[in-house]
Amino acid sequence: MKRFRRHGQESQRERIKQELYGFNKTVEHGFPHQPSALGFSPGLQLLAIGTRSGAIKLYGGPGVEFMGLHDENAAVTQVHFLPHQVELVTLLDDNSLHMWTLRAHHGVSELLEIGRFTLTGPPGAPPSVTRVTAVLAHSSGDLLLLGTEGGHVFIVKVPGFRELEERNISLEKVTNSVPEEYGGRRSLEHVESLQENPVNPRQVLIGYGRGLMVIWDLDSQSAVKHIPATQQLESVWWTEDGGHVLSSHSDGSYCRWKVAGDDPQSEQEKSEVPYGHFPCKAISKIIQLPTEQGPPFLFLSGGMPRASYGDRHCISVIHSKTHVALDFTSRIIDFFVIRDGPDHTGEPSALVVLVEEELVVIDLQTEGWPVIQTPYLVPLHCSAITCSHHVSAIPLKLWERVLSAGTLQNTHYSKKPWPMTGGQNLAPDPPQRDLLLTGHEDGTVRFWDASGVCLYPMYKLSTAGVFLTDSDPNDNLNQGTEGEWPPFRKVGCFDPYSDDPRLGIQKIHLCKYSGYLTVAGTAGQILVLELNDEAAEQTVEATVADLLQGQEGFRWKGHTRLEVREEPVTFPPGFQPFALVQCQPPAVVTALTLHSEWKLVTFGTSHGFGLYDYQQKNNVLVRCTLNPSDQLAMEGPLSRVKSIKKSLRQSFRRIRRSRVSLRKHHVNNAAKLQQANARLEAELAEMELAPVQRKIEPRSPDDSFTGLVRTLYFADTFLSDSSHNTPSLWAGTNGGSVFAYQLRLPPVERRGEDPVTAHPAKEIQLMHRAPVVGILVLDGHGSPLPEPLEVAHDLARSPDMQGSHSLLVISEEQFKVFTLPKVSSKMKLKLTAIDGSRVRRVGVAWFGSTRTDDYGESGLTVLTNQGDLHVVSLPGVKLQVQYPCIRREDVSGIASCVFTKHGQGFYLISPSEFERFSLSARCVVEPRSLVEVSSETPSTTQPRALPDGASVERRNSTRDGAAVLQEIQKSLEVDQTTFLENGTSALAGGNVLSN
Amino acid sequence: MNKHHRVPSNRTLSSVEVKSKFGAEFRRFSLDRSKPGRFDEFYGLLQHVHRIPNVDLLVGYADVHGDLLPINNNDNYHKAISVASPLLRLFLQRKEEADYSAFGTDSLTRPKKTVLAAVLLRPDANRKKPPVIISLPRDFRPVSSIIDVDILPETHRRVRLYKHGQEKPLGFYIRDGSSVRVTPQGLEKVPGIFISRMVPGGLAESTGLLAVNDEVLEVNGIEVQGKSLDQVTDMMIANSHNLIVTVKPANQRNNIIRSSGGGGGAASGSSGRSSDSGASFYGYFTPGAAIVTTPAHIIQNFHPEELESDEDDEDLVIEADGEALPIPRAASASCSMPSLPRYEPHLNLRSTANGDLASSTGSLSTVSTPDRGLEGRSLEEDGTLITL
Repeated sequence: MKRFRRHGQESQRERIKQELYGFNKTVEHGFPHQPSALGFSPGLQLLAIGTRSGAIKLYGGPGVEFMGLHDENAAVTQVHFLPHQVELVTLLDDNSLHMWTLRAHHGVSELLEIGRFTLTGPPGAPPSVTRVTAVLAHSSGDLLLLGTEGGHVFIVKVPGFRELEERNISLEKVTNSVPEEYGGRRSLEHVESLQENPVNPRQVLIGYGRGLMVIWDLDSQSAVKHIPATQQLESVWWTEDGGHVLSSHSDGSYCRWKVAGDDPQSEQEKSEVPYGHFPCKAISKIIQLPTEQGPPFLFLSGGMPRASYGDRHCISVIHSKTHVALDFTSRIIDFFVIRDGPDHTGEPSALVVLVEEELVVIDLQTEGWPVIQTPYLVPLHCSAITCSHHVSAIPLKLWERVLSAGTLQNTHYSKKPWPMTGGQNLAPDPPQRDLLLTGHEDGTVRFWDASGVCLYPMYKLSTAGVFLTDSDPNDNLNQGTEGEWPPFRKVGCFDPYSDDPRLGIQKIHLCKYSGYLTVAGTAGQILVLELNDEAAEQTVEATVADLLQGQEGFRWKGHTRLEVREEPVTFPPGFQPFALVQCQPPAVVTALTLHSEWKLVTFGTSHGFGLYDYQQKNNVLVRCTLNPSDQLAMEGPLSRVKSIKKSLRQSFRRIRRSRVSLRKHHVNNAAKLQQANARLEAELAEMELAPVQRKIEPRSPDDSFTGLVRTLYFADTFLSDSSHNTPSLWAGTNGGSVFAYQLRLPPVERRGEDPVTAHPAKEIQLMHRAPVVGILVLDGHGSPLPEPLEVAHDLARSPDMQGSHSLLVISEEQFKVFTLPKVSSKMKLKLTAIDGSRVRRVGVAWFGSTRTDDYGESGLTVLTNQGDLHVVSLPGVKLQVQYPCIRREDVSGIASCVFTKHGQGFYLISPSEFERFSLSARCVVEPRSLVEVSSETPSTTQPRALPDGASVERRNSTRDGAAVLQEIQKSLEVDQTTFLENGTSALAGGNVLSN
Repeated sequence: MNKHHRVPSNRTLSSVEVKSKFGAEFRRFSLDRSKPGRFDEFYGLLQHVHRIPNVDLLVGYADVHGDLLPINNNDNYHKAISVASPLLRLFLQRKEEADYSAFGTDSLTRPKKTVLAAVLLRPDANRKKPPVIISLPRDFRPVSSIIDVDILPETHRRVRLYKHGQEKPLGFYIRDGSSVRVTPQGLEKVPGIFISRMVPGGLAESTGLLAVNDEVLEVNGIEVQGKSLDQVTDMMIANSHNLIVTVKPANQRNNIIRSSGGGGGAASGSSGRSSDSGASFYGYFTPGAAIVTTPAHIIQNFHPEELESDEDDEDLVIEADGEALPIPRAASASCSMPSLPRYEPHLNLRSTANGDLASSTGSLSTVSTPDRGLEGRSLEEDGTLITL
């Protein structure tokens, strides 16, 4: 039958689809999960981060980002840029070396792997002979020195990875050239460090694990000097003048050795244990940098007294009389120092530290060494993300107010611009301002500028102040006391320990036109907040909504309601709460919607839903949806509110504490891997024995949590008769029920006095009883109704009230369109019955055509439990396209997905990273940047955005209102080069809107 | 026998005289023989003339042989009008107190029992053997059937379970497993979905058509190969109101043996013959009911109206006044894939499902006229699926 269909029409539709839809994963926002290596190129001004899953990420100036993934699923242990080139070498856990390059293609650089290499030893040699432990990229740019566990140094020509066997420095050669008492008796152990003489590239220092260091001349192939250290070696630093070598050791000491002069044995000038007397932990890395006048900067990582502070993650910075032990929030992976000047040999300007959970940059040239706020790599997970909400096309006014509120919160950050400036950001300005709001476990809501490639923090709202919690107010005061030793200073913002899990944010809804925000949390609390530019003291009135409505036989075993502070609370400028609803029982809020035009908030839990009038501050409606036989929902979860911040923190640290030094971690890893594999095999075998069974039974009304409210929706539509549209409220439950209420709002002038009323109008019970995840009313043209106030702000066409409206009910299994006001089934699309997938996330999006600016279609963006993305057309509910996106095992990734109004979306690929994807062919935000080797001067790098967001402000403040959009539109059409020259690209997020 | 009831009439033959009896009351009226209209109009007329608008009726008439035959659709209504000569005698009963035993073609064999006797004389208490109560065929509701025997390989069985609104659970569990298939590369072990457990007393068990360790090949026409256990579970639950599973029974001894001319017969039901499991087909609802109609043990094709009726469409809408109504179907056709078995089981169904209205109406018409053309195609496809 299909054969006879008109092909013309079909192919026409296919062509339109291609112009509308296209799937791309564009950029990863946030902080890489489990970073394992850090590299820096002073010449390119790029930093590179390798992760345990084999990813390699490069960052330059804001917006300049590259990402690569090794085919091997092995951790990246070292990253080294080749000097004066765009190549870099990575060393993986599996002992393979990989060469990457930034290749320019159509004016945009791409990160490409161009070669791989594994050292091969002589036949029969143990694997330790070729197990690489130290890598030196020689300043000549074409040599790579590889120190191994066996103590040999192999020399390899790059980028081709050609072994120069005759130049290898074998352990034998070294032992023969140093006095007997150092070489012979005991093994020198592995090569711990390779350093090049900063003033004489022919000389290389080889540091062996046991402590001995040898200066080797590459030309004469002989040892020039040896340094007879006796402690286990941790790291080596050759001072810039070439005159001294600093070595750090496992006992927490560091030594300075004089290497100038002709004496083949260097003498020790100084040896010090900075945190001495009692046994100390190893100093794992040491750097010393000179300053123009005055004493040098000394950076030491670790070295803390083992017993009292062995669990701290510290880097000590010593300059003249100033000595600070920077106390980080998680394990230190690596650090480097950025220096001023065109050749990057000037004053140290910033210390860049990669710790396990964040990147911290310290401004070394401003008094007090403040932290510079990062424009990327922001730890999204400083407290665990519990929900997210995306708002597209923020009006300029609101944007500026949020920004200025955020600026006031960031006064403790350094004013200096972001020191990393590598690459050119070629991305055009984003066409609109987008906000991503993330709710966190500690009751905070963070506002992110999600317009472009950089997810930039704008503002942080804390809701904890409204409630009485058992957090210790003195917690943050017990630091920085005078005369404390070591002189700790806490840096970083990663703090995953929640004071009270009930504070966790579960749902967020922001009205971008009015600036009203509502957030709802784990303990059934719903806050309504208003943006205020001034600090204000207020008491937040609480209203209780009893969702049980006298339901008998109920016993809530879950957590208790949050206690509200009685006394007035001072709220800083920004979003300030003015109304609070507390659900009873205090179950987690599962649905939340705000209608700013009607000044109503509706919320739902597993017990029912309510409607709150935030102008009159009273409940308009409370409806119980509970099935009396549903025991699970009746009782609630077991209380988990027992955690105390401090004890948790300590127990975590105890687990992490380990005396195993880093050196042995290769061996440990292999052993661990084997263990894990064995365990996995055993688990698999067990699975074979007892296969999983699944019961095949239709859903029944008595199933658990059928009353859980999944979605709430406001619509001005024809609910009861086809001639008068009225405000209405729609609620959908887990059991496939839809409740519709007709709302009566008093006229505007009486809005403050006359009550708002709600009358039940309809109930629909879907026969397939699948959870209702979305409700939408389509107007006479078949388009979704606009958001509240959207029409009033002239930003949307007013809905068609002439033609008949229809109701779209999206359940996990079907998309079903009903007529209105008389509800009768019009059409439907079955999903589960056909391919077994279920709707997990759904959003409404506008897809613009890539061919013409004036054509576009509305569609539903759908994510299924199989991790597939679908686009379903409106109003015809037909599947348009399908793309696999997330692994179906990645349940938290699927649950975290949030869609934008323009066919993009975000989901968490790790607790700290959002993957951004696009389903739209027109609207794609992806990094576009160019990195070139600076031939003479590093002039390709221009000063970029101020990380405190000032540049965004500047950009916005120069224009206003609708003119912005027009201008951006215009600039998009202009030749890209002129566009770049006009300097508008200096934006805190490098952004792309590709046409 | 009809001579007893002969009524002298001088009216023209173009009209039918109707004498309708409900309880003790008689009504008389006439109908135009050439334009009898539809049954539902007729039914409404009866309710009107008897002034019993809200009573559900069972309508019967006496045919020329004196048998009491039912009138409940257009066909037998027209038949009744055409055979009335000229008087049409109707007997109305309330549905809830209807005496089904009065109906039947075998009333001739009952000695001296006229229609009137059957209707007027209630089966009295002192009768020795109460007659077997047998309802009309259309009042039966099938609970399970084997379908598509003529197009499936003999090793496979396609079973339809009618869940409807009944209380009985579907009652089975599925699990992951592996089976051996013949592929062009030789024997290959492939993952499959199997029935792992039957709930005693459940619908699945009571039909006797499914058993533990049967491999599930398709759910409502969609192949399960390559789908996860959870996906198949969700598919089955989504289709649970009218579940059609194609299985490869673990026990291959009870397979249907196709007759040599197999597939030739239309809806007669004669093309398939069950070897020994026949008793279980209708065994569930009323033992002994087999005499009611030609027992179509194997339903080969669906009537279009049957397909319509088994849709899960009837969502319940409660309007503000509190009256519950099932949602009527709007005029436009459903765009989704109808939940009926596909006759092309191994084709890529996703594209069909995602197709537009044209393809869906196409498939609807495919159903109403059982498409033999596709049969060849599916038989070709069988090659990939034949298992050991």
